[in-house]
Amino acid sequence: MTVATSTDGELFEVFVRPRRGVSHIHAGSVHAASAALALQYGRDLFTRRLEGVSIWVVPASAVTASQPDDADGLFAPAEDKDFRYPGYYELPDGIENI
Amino acid sequence: MSNALAAADVVTQFVCRQGDRCLVLSHRLQQCITHAPQLEEELAIANIALDLLGQARSLYTYAAGRIGPDLTEDDLAFGRDADEFWPPALVEQPNTDFALVMGRQLLHDLWADELWRAMRSSTDPTLAAIAGKAAKETAYHLLHASTWVVTLGDSTPEAHDRMSAALTALWPFVDELFSTDDLVASVAALGVAPDPATLRRSWDARLDAILEDATLTRPTGQARPPTGRDRCSDDLRAVIDELHELHAQHPGARW
Repeated sequence: MTVATSTDGELFEVFVRPRRGVSHIHAGSVHAASAALALQYGRDLFTRRLEGVSIWVVPASAVTASQPDDADGLFAPAEDKDFRYPGYYELPDGIENI
Repeated sequence: MSNALAAADVVTQFVCRQGDRCLVLSHRLQQCITHAPQLEEELAIANIALDLLGQARSLYTYAAGRIGPDLTEDDLAFGRDADEFWPPALVEQPNTDFALVMGRQLLHDLWADELWRAMRSSTDPTLAAIAGKAAKETAYHLLHASTWVVTLGDSTPEAHDRMSAALTALWPFVDELFSTDDLVASVAALGVAPDPATLRRSWDARLDAILEDATLTRPTGQARPPTGRDRCSDDLRAVIDELHELHAQHPGARW
């Protein structure tokens, strides 16, 4: 058992699966003394109105995030690559859908 | 009000007594609002208090309807003196620290979990329905309380000692939960509710498993001798007086 070292505890990111068959979606974050408590707080905060069928909590420190300054290098090049869109391709006669 | 309840049948009196337990514990938890160690825990405590208030409302509404068509849940909650409430002394105990709040919750929720699950097969269909809803809520309350007791028990020396002290302070009030009087014996004979003594074995085993995870040991203190109901405790009177304050000043006040 990890000993909590501050009164607020660790920050956890909370992911809720809204219904069966779809992915977990980030809902928010909570402070908690342990992962088990983070799960309960996530339930209290983000599933009050039957929003979920499953919850994940992940220590925020375990999330590696992209930086806003890197956005040009990471995302902008996709704009020029029209071959990634279905509209780029001409359909042979007789084919209606890709 | 008091005469009507005293003259009511045993099932009605039993239902009202269960409502008293839920209402008083709910109020004790509400007193923690703005005092919880963190915002997230404050919400958790408020959620549990609200569940218990909902259980009290269901029970009082049912009891009031059995007494007479003109009575409401409010008559039972606000129309009685503290002397006429009958919760187990455990739920009256004041919030001395967070460990006591969670320890009180653990001992109560474990008992309530056993009670509601047994009452899902009550011979009284309304009580069986109330028990079905309450059992799900209580399972979550128990999970939360046991998580905290284990977290605090298996933690720093100070947390461990305070959790241990809280359970020791609460232990004298445990036996009352499993005791039987004429009213409880009557409803047990009717199959309306279980004889609480039959819940003890499972309660003991489940508590021991949680305490083991928490590196805590079961307190050994003696049960508090039953005081009878000649007068209610100062703790109960303080809770009920606070609960009645708004209603006393503004009868029939609504949101």
